[in-house]
Amino acid sequence: MSNPVHDRIQSEVSANDVLLFMKGTPVFPQCGFSAATVGILTNLGVKFKAIDVLKDPEIRQGIKEFSNWPTIPQLYVKGEFVGGCDILREMYEADELAPFLAEKGIILENA
Amino acid sequence: MPMSATEIETMIRQAFPDADVTMTALADDNDHWSAMVTSSAFKGKSRVQQHQMVYAALQGRMGGVLHALSLQTAAKD
Repeated sequence: MSNPVHDRIQSEVSANDVLLFMKGTPVFPQCGFSAATVGILTNLGVKFKAIDVLKDPEIRQGIKEFSNWPTIPQLYVKGEFVGGCDILREMYEADELAPFLAEKGIILENA
Repeated sequence: MPMSATEIETMIRQAFPDADVTMTALADDNDHWSAMVTSSAFKGKSRVQQHQMVYAALQGRMGGVLHALSLQTAAKD
């Protein structure tokens, strides 16, 4: 059965190489975990699109089912769910995130 | 009501009986926790899968009553 919210999420995921579902905006994050994730992407110099789930309750609920992941933020790269704040922080601190993104063909301006 | 570290740890141990669970308070409010979970059940699983397994063990509480659990997982032999 098709789910219109999941269809909306899927089209955003397909249209954006690096897509972050977050609370607030990159300039004004509304949650510490979202802020930390933006900080990591910014440090690496990754261009990304952000979707503020606080502005869209359907997406806020829908993304949790879509990804089978209970929390926000959530990062998608080239259509693949990479993880939330903890996983990104772990990859970043292990110097795995930049190679992962580079392998996906994402441009890192600060690499 | 936020969940206590003991409740979180108990639920994780029920799902992963061999798990080593280390709970650390991130704030002095009995609400913000960090959990390090090591279990043989994680062998061969991606990080995303490992975290999904722990979230499943918490039976829907993550993202609800439990909004601020920072999680780290690792496989053990």
